[in-house]
Amino acid sequence: MSQDIIMNPDGTQEYFINMGPQHPSTHGVLRLVLTLDGEIIEKVEPHLGYIHRSIEKMCEKDNYRQIIHLTDRMDYLSAHMNNHAVCLAIENGLSVEVPERAVVIRTIMDELTRISSHTLWWGVMGMDLGAITSFLYGFRDHEHITEIFEETCGARLTMNYNVPGGVMFDLHPDFVKKTKAFLADFKTKLPEYDTLLSNNVIFLERTKGVGILTKEMAISYGVTGPAGRASGFASDVRKHEPYSKYPNVDFKEILYTEGDTFSRYKARIDEMWESIKIIEQLIDVIPEGDFVAKTRNVIKLPKGEFYQKVETARGELGVFIVSDGKMQPYRMKFRSPGFSNLSALNEMAKGGKIADLVATMSTLDLVVPDIDR
Amino acid sequence: MPEALVITIEWITMGTLAILFVALLGLSLVYGERKVAAWFQQRIGPNRVGPQGILQTVADITKLIMKEPLTAGRSDHFLYNLAPFIMMLAPFIVISMIPYAKGLHILDMDVGVFFVTAVSGVGVLGVLLSGWASNNKYSLIGAMRSGAQIVSYELSAGLAILTVIVLSGSLQFSEIIESQREGWWIFRGHIPVWIAFLVFLISGTAETNRGPFDLAEAESELTAGFHTEYSGIKFAFFFLAEYVNLFIIVSIAATVFLGGWMPFHIGGLDGFNAVMDYIPPIFWFLGKVTFLIILIMWFKWTFPRLRIDQILTLEWKYLLPISLVNLVLVAFITLMGWYF
Amino acid sequence: MTNEEFISTIQNWFPDAEFIEEGSQFLNVFVPKDKILEVAKKLKSDNATQLDYMFNLTCVDWPDHFQMVYHLKSSELGHMLVLKVKLENKENPEIETLCDLYRTAELHEREVYDLFGVKFINHPDLRRLFLTDDWIGHPLRKDYVDEINIVSLK
Repeated sequence: MSQDIIMNPDGTQEYFINMGPQHPSTHGVLRLVLTLDGEIIEKVEPHLGYIHRSIEKMCEKDNYRQIIHLTDRMDYLSAHMNNHAVCLAIENGLSVEVPERAVVIRTIMDELTRISSHTLWWGVMGMDLGAITSFLYGFRDHEHITEIFEETCGARLTMNYNVPGGVMFDLHPDFVKKTKAFLADFKTKLPEYDTLLSNNVIFLERTKGVGILTKEMAISYGVTGPAGRASGFASDVRKHEPYSKYPNVDFKEILYTEGDTFSRYKARIDEMWESIKIIEQLIDVIPEGDFVAKTRNVIKLPKGEFYQKVETARGELGVFIVSDGKMQPYRMKFRSPGFSNLSALNEMAKGGKIADLVATMSTLDLVVPDIDR
Repeated sequence: MPEALVITIEWITMGTLAILFVALLGLSLVYGERKVAAWFQQRIGPNRVGPQGILQTVADITKLIMKEPLTAGRSDHFLYNLAPFIMMLAPFIVISMIPYAKGLHILDMDVGVFFVTAVSGVGVLGVLLSGWASNNKYSLIGAMRSGAQIVSYELSAGLAILTVIVLSGSLQFSEIIESQREGWWIFRGHIPVWIAFLVFLISGTAETNRGPFDLAEAESELTAGFHTEYSGIKFAFFFLAEYVNLFIIVSIAATVFLGGWMPFHIGGLDGFNAVMDYIPPIFWFLGKVTFLIILIMWFKWTFPRLRIDQILTLEWKYLLPISLVNLVLVAFITLMGWYF
Repeated sequence: MTNEEFISTIQNWFPDAEFIEEGSQFLNVFVPKDKILEVAKKLKSDNATQLDYMFNLTCVDWPDHFQMVYHLKSSELGHMLVLKVKLENKENPEIETLCDLYRTAELHEREVYDLFGVKFINHPDLRRLFLTDDWIGHPLRKDYVDEINIVSLK
């Protein structure tokens, strides 16, 4: 790529730096081209496509039950929620009623996935800023949840547990006991996170006032999830367009107004507390009954368009199905939260330094397969 | 034997001993860092290569030696190859000045402290040369940052040591240690020496590019900073130099503030002092050094990194004024005799 | 605002808009191609609608035309609707960009250009997003053929 050298009036010139696809801190294969003036960033330009697997094209050739297996791989840290979105869209289309037991199980699994994604995010954030120990503390808690998933769903990362109509298998007999043990343990570990990072002077200096995103910019760029809520954009799908068991549980929507890196950080930590609250309300009252409703083996959605929104750990995931009555969808579009969050990176990072870019990017919590699909 | 022959044999022996000592030091410090890091991170660390993993670093160094010694294509070949050697030069000279036990030192100049602070400034040259000669944007940015950082923090480190020099009245290392026979300066000189000790610890960590001040080698930002383009034995030199520098800073802190090889004496309690003298001085020295090394390693594995402008702000706006005021304070206290 | 109120409000401003409610959970508003920028501007700035959050922008390849789909929502009032535009010209589809109103359109429109080939007039930086710069063809079109990479089972 040829670049013209731009001369400033005082005789200095800007230069380009490539934070290339392989880089310890871009959380995946993302290439950023930075235009720098000394240490100050003038422009950040992301180059995508290193992990583009054309999932949307594949969806046009697969039937609906096969598509659910593909959605795990998009945002693999919120695998449950991706599956949940597609299943809800299909169930709305077929007007299938999901049994109550499956609804509660799905909600609990969603919230556990959210906690596991946020603990992993916390570990990686500390590591990006230099506190390498936090990586291991975050993974310690992530492991707990992954072991619970492995017992019930059979897999650690790409769980593939939701099917149209309910869930694939019933819960493992130890699930309730292990989840309660995990919650009790995690409630003592989460204050440790605060002690290690949130109250640390160096951390506060690195994150307060850095990477500011105003509310108008957040709405215009479509930044949702904890990153958008830290700027004051009330976009929690669980509250505003509730699905599954969320209308019946009591939790707060976390909103901050400053819009800087520290608010995004605090928003995620507070979300973890809220998720613990939600699971505690549901774990003891899982109703008995079927775990899946009867659906045909071959699913055909009626003609029309179906849109389902779900709140993943990164933001609002949208599944848009255009169906013409056949076994395969005519067009399937995934509105991924990371895609819109990434587009706001230039706005947040320009005028800051490279170290600030690293801090800002880690609070955006980008998972690049989600962006590239 | 002719004088010249004796001196030559002495040089060769001392030189070989110094090299062996530095090599052993590097090996054990790298192993120690990995074990201490593992302890903080609730894992075990190296435990397969050799009993308890003590041969791990030997294996690492063997691997690094066996790698192809590359020279980056369009770099300045002479400076590129010279930089690692300059990095190792300063630590070697300073190692010979430190007293490890009574009479156990290679050189004992009467301007010891002055000489040590002067020579340790040579390390900056190695950093800047490697960054410039690598012909790589990342290395250059890392070297610029590191150069600015080291040069700034040398000021505070020097002023902190000056505090104890004022109290003890001599620049010679053995005299400073003798003056702590009645008790270490960290207990006898009270508030000014505490302040100086803290300032010296912070400046020392910053000078060796360690801990929360390791922006120059921040892996998550600029790949590897000023030693990005080095591999094999040249990289091993940079790596080793960092750990030997750590040992030097810690030894100077232990000598000047904590009494070096002097056992823990309380002025006036002769029986107690006699008991303390049973433990050989070399163990006192190693114990103090180990304690301080673990403390500095603790910093690295706990705190996030500071940004470069925050590092320089800390030095020029906070540490330097504090050190200057502290110097005036200690001079006043020495004149009035308000110390133990 | 309910769907009826939307229909009456928008009919007042743009008489040639068409409305369809069956087959979708939102109100679909079909506007002609040259009016899209006006309609979006009006819907965003008017106090009764305040549709300032675009949460999806995509394209569907029907046999005889392309259909641009814009999902809009109001962050204050909470109501949603879908704007749709028919692009009859399949050889050279073009439409105005909405980048000045919704900054999220910058990347979304680049994606549509990359995968469908729809050109956006006045887009600040229209180039391919996921595929390499020298790729020929637009993969998400239904008539895209690639003997090497796509295995047809028929």
